[in-house]
Amino acid sequence: MPSSAVRRLSALLPADRLLWQPEQLAAYQSDALTAYSALPLAIAMPETADEVIALVRACRADKIPFVARGSGTSLSGGSVPVAGGIVIALNRLNRILRLDPAQRLAVVEPGVINLAVTTAAAPHGLHYAPDPSSQPICTIGGNVAFNSGGAHCLKYGMTSNHVLGLRAVLATGEVVGFGGPSREQLGPDWCGLFTGNEGLFGIALEITLQLLPKAECFHTVLAGYRTLEQAGDAVSAIVASGLLPGAIEMMDALALEAATAAVHADYPPGCEAVLIVELEGPREVVAADRVRLDGILAASAPVEARPARNAAERLAIWKGRKSAFSAVGRLSPDFIVQDGVVPRRRLGEALRRIAAMTREAGLRCANVFHAGDGNLHPLILYNGRNPGELTRAEALAGRILKMCVAMGGSITGEHGVGLEKRDYLPDMFSADEIDCLQRIRAAFDPLGIANPGKMFPGGEAPAFVQHGLHPLEKAGVISRE
Amino acid sequence: MNATLTPTSVIELVDAVRATPRVLAVGARTKPRLSHVSPDVTLLSMRQLCGIIEYEPDEYTFTALAGTSLHALAAALAEKGQYLPFDPLLVAAGATLGGTVAAGLNGPGRFRFGGVRDFILGVRFVDGSGRLLRLGGKVVKNAAGFDLPKFFTGSLGRFGVLAELTFKVFPRAASTLTLRLPVAGSEAAVKLLTVAANTRWEPDALDLLPSGDAVVLRLAGPANALPTLAREILARFPGEILAADAAAAIWADLCEFRWTFPDGSLLKLALTPGELPALTAIVRALAGRLHISVGANVAYVSLPAGANPAALSLPALTLRGPGPLWHNPPPAPAISAAVKSALDPLNRFPALAD
Ligand SMILES: Cc1cc2nc3c(=O)[nH]c(=O)nc-3n(C[C@H](O)[C@H](O)[C@H](O)COP(=O)(O)OP(=O)(O)OC[C@H]3O[C@@H](n4cnc5c(N)ncnc54)[C@H](O)[C@@H]3O)c2cc1C
Repeated sequence: MPSSAVRRLSALLPADRLLWQPEQLAAYQSDALTAYSALPLAIAMPETADEVIALVRACRADKIPFVARGSGTSLSGGSVPVAGGIVIALNRLNRILRLDPAQRLAVVEPGVINLAVTTAAAPHGLHYAPDPSSQPICTIGGNVAFNSGGAHCLKYGMTSNHVLGLRAVLATGEVVGFGGPSREQLGPDWCGLFTGNEGLFGIALEITLQLLPKAECFHTVLAGYRTLEQAGDAVSAIVASGLLPGAIEMMDALALEAATAAVHADYPPGCEAVLIVELEGPREVVAADRVRLDGILAASAPVEARPARNAAERLAIWKGRKSAFSAVGRLSPDFIVQDGVVPRRRLGEALRRIAAMTREAGLRCANVFHAGDGNLHPLILYNGRNPGELTRAEALAGRILKMCVAMGGSITGEHGVGLEKRDYLPDMFSADEIDCLQRIRAAFDPLGIANPGKMFPGGEAPAFVQHGLHPLEKAGVISRE
Repeated sequence: MNATLTPTSVIELVDAVRATPRVLAVGARTKPRLSHVSPDVTLLSMRQLCGIIEYEPDEYTFTALAGTSLHALAAALAEKGQYLPFDPLLVAAGATLGGTVAAGLNGPGRFRFGGVRDFILGVRFVDGSGRLLRLGGKVVKNAAGFDLPKFFTGSLGRFGVLAELTFKVFPRAASTLTLRLPVAGSEAAVKLLTVAANTRWEPDALDLLPSGDAVVLRLAGPANALPTLAREILARFPGEILAADAAAAIWADLCEFRWTFPDGSLLKLALTPGELPALTAIVRALAGRLHISVGANVAYVSLPAGANPAALSLPALTLRGPGPLWHNPPPAPAISAAVKSALDPLNRFPALAD
């Protein structure tokens, strides 16, 4: 029998779109951070914005917690359900409402898949810039909630830099419109505040995204280095030269080994690190810039620097990069992906310290990351069946985050705080600062019903289960970075 | 006349906020209407709170006190070949970094890489309870906590006093080239602006001159790449390449609002290209002037004394001149008041509406 709360919600949706039987709930109990799980009261599957609004207002009337959910690929436990609450699954709100090539914008529902926006824009020579590795599967609603990034943040920024307007239902039940179709706005930047709220403010119903013309030309180079320091120095030299590459990515030896095994990527032998640098723009600009880039790379003493000679070679370089994490995942039964940021010039030092801490913990750790942004993604390998290993892995992850903060960086560059890092928020912010964030949260959600238990320290943790690859990664559909 | 306090340190700034029941921070007052508030409000001059605290060219980041002049900042960045890509306005007039954030103003360069909101990373501010808080981060990428730094962009000092700001910067392109492309009428201007924005050329700036008869398109990049691009553009849209000094003068005149009525008002409007013709007609009917910037995403309108900005029939923010701060504002949602009281429970700062 459904609970009385679920019975009241059932007035809002047909029976086949309100799931409450235990076997139906199981599919929603975790997200891509499979360490946590909780069983919700019910899963609501609205098909229209009005249904979402009605659901949120009903939750408010009955003080039922709700968790918005896109594709459930959050790596920080953001979309893990709340026990005693409902999940509002937004996958059926997946319409592109408007595509305006002249104004270079798209208005989309929250359940639209990231890559679908670029696919729809491509015939007009446009694209949607934020490109998380999960882009074939994650939703724009999830991207907005987490201010997701990707490989091209250095030049183009994160999701937030591409959200022009939002219509949302807040946890108060109020429906608001922030921003609009213009790239400029008047007054405080409400879209900026809403983006990155981790589902704690309410539910985005309609998002206006800016589109950019697709770059005409690319120059992608893969350079292998004997040592991590040399690769780090090459990053600094590129940045100091005044070039503005679209992407600067790095992989370490263990990640290279895994990518070689998994997708037969081919890297220069004997390298501690490989760098991927990509220039993009009009062909005349790229032609001029590549001369400088090639000079800088030649002077950085690589084992080998390989420019992609055609589109197929460029795609192969990116395939190795984007599949690296799931490839590493195959080396080990379980793993944790971390997401810290350090100042770019301290990358080499950070990697050395991570290696030392990993040795002390008796574990293995691979690194694949956005070097241009100083955004590290250490991937800690462990076996959950060996007693104590999970605890050691988590302790190591915590030490890495604390190191990032001590170096002047951040506990998260793009995956959000969620459940996983909520206890580290006080490492970045003082009690007064957290109080300020909490007051803002309370303005949007006075009852604390929107995704409670996330971002802020304390509160009950849901059940801890197992780590491992996301089911879709196991199926080879997506990969993580 | 409003009383004015001039703190000389962040500590003094905090004390001043705590000691004053009604207060508003002011920079160089280059957008005077934004700080024209009722006489019981004490103004906190940020003049003495200036200077760059940290500048890491290799990180593309700097942190500076809010009263730092954009002029000083631009000079420090230029020494390392870097710049604020949103082309700050009123630099020569003395505008400060904090004032630029609070006003949310961007110059023509916003077209290519984004505006203040896209380059601000972190903020240290005093909230209405007199607490000194730091939110956001000091690195180019950070997703921890709500993005208050973005929210403060355009907040007009009504939610907190900005003390210190951290920004991302970019390397400046080696050279620029400006094309002047004549247009006959606003429909033709819309066409040119939208077409040029969707090309492979990657314009750095794309504005319609206040004269209304020409678009200025700026390219930025390696010196040997730009002439070829310019030739291709001119083959499509007849016009001319401007000499470097003439181009610099045009952009400076735009950025300093030298085209406006000295005694008239100055307003900012957010725009879409489709709204350009109707707005132009209204402004002409009011005997006003306008500068369409950022590919027709923003309009700056100057009206002669006596003309009523409400006739513009779009939401407008008054930067200079008499009358209300806002014209045709959209209704404020309840969340606006709730966030205001979260950051400023005692209403120490003026309301967004005044
Ligand atoms: C293999 C893999 C690779 C990844 N690569 C990257 C990467 O490169 N960069 C990166 O930044 N992240 C990456 N991620 C993390 C993840 O994909 C992103 O965080 C993504 O934005 C989540 O989207 P989703 O649709 O799966 O959201 P979900 O996981 O379903 O939800 C995420 C959060 O958003 C909230 N939410 C969802 N929809 C809405 C809405 N409409 N309104 C309000 N709140 C909402 C949820 O409550 C939850 O808190 C990766 C994840 C995986 C598994």
